Amino acid sequence: MTATTPAPTKTSGPGRSPRLRTASSRPRRAYSVDRPRRSRTLTALSSLIVLYTLVPLAWLVVSATKTQANLLGSPGLWFSGRFALWDNISQTLTYDHHVFLRWLLNTLLYVVLGAGGATLLAVLAGYGLAKFDFRGKKTVFAVVIGAVAVPATALAVPTFLMFSTMGLTNTPWAVIIPSLVSPFGLYLMWVFASEAVPAELLEAARVDGSGEVRTFFTIALPLLSPGIVTVLLFTVVATWNNYFLPLIMIKDPNWYPLTLGLNAWNAQAATAGGQPVFNLVITGSLLTIVPLVAAFLLLQRYWQSGLAAGSVKE
Amino acid sequence: MTVADPPARSRPRRSARGWAGFGFTAPFLAVFALVFLAPIAYSIYLSLFQDRLIGGTTFVGIANYRQAIADPQFWDGLGRVALFLAVQVPVMLGIALLVALALDSGRLYGRDFFRITVFLPYAVPAVVATLMWGFMYGTRFGLVADLNHAFGVTLPDPLSPHLILASIGNIVTWEFIGYNMLIFYSALRVIPHSLYEAAAIDGAGQWRIVAAVKLPAIRGAVVIATIFSIIGSFQLFNEPSILRPLVPDSVTTSYTPNLYTYSLAFSGQQEDYAATVAIIMGVLTMIVAYAFQLRGMRKEA
Amino acid sequence: MHVPARRVVRGLGLLCAAALSLTACSSSGSTAASGSGDASAGASAVQAALAKGGTITVWAWEPTLKQVVTDFEAKYPKVHVNLVNAGTGDKQYTALQNAVSAGSGGPDVAQIEYYALGQFALGKSVQDLTQFGAASLNGTFSPGPWSSVDIAGGVYALPMDSGPMALFYNKKVFDQYKLTVPSTWAEYLDDARKLHAANPNAYITNDTGDAGFTTSLIWQAGGHPYKVDGTKVSVDFSDAGSTAFTSTWQQLVSGKLVAPINSWSDQWYKGLGDGTIATLATGAWMPANFVSGVPGASGDWRVAPLPQWQAGQNASAENGGSSLAVMKASANQDLAYAFLKFADAGPGVQDRIKGGAFPATTADLNSPAFLNTAFPYFGGQQANQIFAQSAKNVVKGWQYLPFQVYANSIFNDNVGKAYVSSTTLAQGLKNWQDASLRYGSQQGFTTG
Repeated sequence: MTATTPAPTKTSGPGRSPRLRTASSRPRRAYSVDRPRRSRTLTALSSLIVLYTLVPLAWLVVSATKTQANLLGSPGLWFSGRFALWDNISQTLTYDHHVFLRWLLNTLLYVVLGAGGATLLAVLAGYGLAKFDFRGKKTVFAVVIGAVAVPATALAVPTFLMFSTMGLTNTPWAVIIPSLVSPFGLYLMWVFASEAVPAELLEAARVDGSGEVRTFFTIALPLLSPGIVTVLLFTVVATWNNYFLPLIMIKDPNWYPLTLGLNAWNAQAATAGGQPVFNLVITGSLLTIVPLVAAFLLLQRYWQSGLAAGSVKE
Repeated sequence: MTVADPPARSRPRRSARGWAGFGFTAPFLAVFALVFLAPIAYSIYLSLFQDRLIGGTTFVGIANYRQAIADPQFWDGLGRVALFLAVQVPVMLGIALLVALALDSGRLYGRDFFRITVFLPYAVPAVVATLMWGFMYGTRFGLVADLNHAFGVTLPDPLSPHLILASIGNIVTWEFIGYNMLIFYSALRVIPHSLYEAAAIDGAGQWRIVAAVKLPAIRGAVVIATIFSIIGSFQLFNEPSILRPLVPDSVTTSYTPNLYTYSLAFSGQQEDYAATVAIIMGVLTMIVAYAFQLRGMRKEA
Repeated sequence: MHVPARRVVRGLGLLCAAALSLTACSSSGSTAASGSGDASAGASAVQAALAKGGTITVWAWEPTLKQVVTDFEAKYPKVHVNLVNAGTGDKQYTALQNAVSAGSGGPDVAQIEYYALGQFALGKSVQDLTQFGAASLNGTFSPGPWSSVDIAGGVYALPMDSGPMALFYNKKVFDQYKLTVPSTWAEYLDDARKLHAANPNAYITNDTGDAGFTTSLIWQAGGHPYKVDGTKVSVDFSDAGSTAFTSTWQQLVSGKLVAPINSWSDQWYKGLGDGTIATLATGAWMPANFVSGVPGASGDWRVAPLPQWQAGQNASAENGGSSLAVMKASANQDLAYAFLKFADAGPGVQDRIKGGAFPATTADLNSPAFLNTAFPYFGGQQANQIFAQSAKNVVKGWQYLPFQVYANSIFNDNVGKAYVSSTTLAQGLKNWQDASLRYGSQQGFTTG
């Protein structure tokens, strides 16, 4: 997919051209540029929300610097005792034969195959639904959205039993295959594709004799790329944070994703003969969210424009 | 495949193109059928049976549905998520909308910082968020305890039975304000310039523009965000389930319908009855979401 | 699936168990306990399986089993054991149950706590081990654990450890507030009042409602709330034993004399270390947790016999403890049983004792080396003497429900109310009783 990333997207990469927007979002700005006067009151009020957002994260960072013994004995929002962050990190990474690294690799595997596959399927299907007429198209969307309303727990037992007959439980496939479907991603791509890919352009390509598959790769895909990045980010978050599905499907800790692993460490204290490692749970949590936060920050210009186009329509 | 079709065959292309469209959609639909439709069909099948430790499996028709309709634990949980929906969703979406409007007004110092910071919690897995808040809620060693010490007050225990729902609401709000804010903000950013110009000529003030231009223009985004929040509320599971070991007396096994289905199926081995409860919940969710969508769209027209 | 020859062999084992009297089988098996040279057909199949080798999967969360597996594989190089921690307690039972209903994906051997074993035995998901000559191991294990695995004429697991109860108390706190170590629960209540009055931040113990703890104390008090006879079950929390428990414990709860801290939470470990929680009445497996979880309080704690409901008695009960069972769906049951025997009645027991586990084998419970072990954590006290005595004093005749896992999962829904509202413990237990019976009849049991 990266091979087909279009030139325009590249030139507006992070740190350069300030905005990358779709055609529909261009005529804008004059209104607020007209009134550049900033408001201290509004900034102060909004700061309250930022405070609310950041306090738990600050707590997490501060707690990750404390030893297991010091964790509870000191105020949560201030450093205390020995600064043990590096210790905690190296302990987290090495504890129980580097199992954390194994979980990290598993998570990456699930994310690459699950989120990557989900994005691919959503892009193909969204494009197909937006740009072609075929029988049953109308019902597809209704069924997909309807299915989202069914509780995940309702699907858990039947899916488990089905996967078990197919011999898929306790294998990475049991996590990856269900992650391949992202109804929200489909919705986003559908709306995005109908906006961003002009029908005339496709028609012109067809007149030139280009086949559908080639048209998709050469004409549509470049235009869809901001939407693709957006869907990719959402599916990455969904698979990275996936908890319920692996909880049911995976029993072998060697195939745990990070979320299950952290929960297992947290539960370890409740075992006869078990060792409480709350400091590792906290440090592990911090390490779990760092890659996602980094991805958000680095890619924000791409996904925000994609989301913008996706949310105009209903 | 990619070889050009001869121009002479342009007539039958319509149906060929239809097939191409189906071809693009088919992979998604195939996996969708496997992981959504097949389990749903299987659930419906299961809901017609009863499997007992003593006596095995028997066909019981709609007996499970009758039982669910008369099940106080189910209605209890449903009432709880309905309350959650009625309070938490408006609060969360309201705050998200205000923040989005503030960002869009261009009157904030450090707008980019605000936008990305408020969005950050979305990157935190529910497991981690709940563990974190669980630690902080502690009245003995948590943040609540620190506040009590620092100000010499006795705050109510956020984990006590009458406050736990609000505390769960707080975690969910924290996790999803940024996500919803971003949907609203993105919608605000693409409002056509012409609308503002018209308002400016009329001499409308900031608030007037918000009410007359901005809010109507992003109605679609609000409807979508609300529908996803309705579904999320009815399916409330992760937060109460992860908090449960911490507060077993406040969060019962039937605290939300989803938690109830889970414990029925997995601790109680009543897969059939669990499937029944889940199907009823799914239908209810669809009805509420659909009703809301109809209402939201009608107003727009 | 099975090789015909093996089926015949297993058939013989079954015959031995069914047709011959139990004594006939065990007389041939008495040599079996000592190791090789088993006379019973099942046991020789086990030997053959060991020689042939293979791979088995074990689901267990008990940490000391790692060493056992290492030693087992060293002794039988052709055997590979895949030890998997599939979750603790009910989480693992859920997984097991899922694997059973799916018909695949389960382990060969599973760790199952005593309270949960009945459910798996009734559901026929674990194998009756009498065909391997397990009935002969009767005298090998102490009576409490053995009665838990010996269900309706079959042996469905081998006891791995046990949890005879004792009172762990923080001597530093007791000395500081001049408390006497309670010998009865009435004295315990007095201590609780004295301690909390002297220091409002200190509590005699923590309790937020725990099914295992509650049933264990009722057990000690001589209660028999559960009566199981085949598919006929009854629950009655109004008998004398249950009432003895509720009347005392209600005073502790109403008087806010127990710390509202969940066991096993971070606050709990902290509270055990800093004097907030002054005592714990729990199973003999607890010392290992003290050492790893509360290292800072080393030397502060001591062990005493469990307080009595009536002065002068010596009653005790089991709390926790688990067994290893062979799953019926296992394709390698002979090898699985070989592992069970090695871990629970063979050299594995010593590995586990060294790792801090509390055994269920009478030989170890009576061995001087074991009894005279000094615990540096408990100031050099020979705590095993108290535990071993407790194991002998466990009240006989206790029964769990054949669906105790589910019943325990809804304990806090019902009895938990007594800890956070004006509901009384007695009322909470009554609600629990009703909910358990309702579930029982839904599952096809005859309830009364």
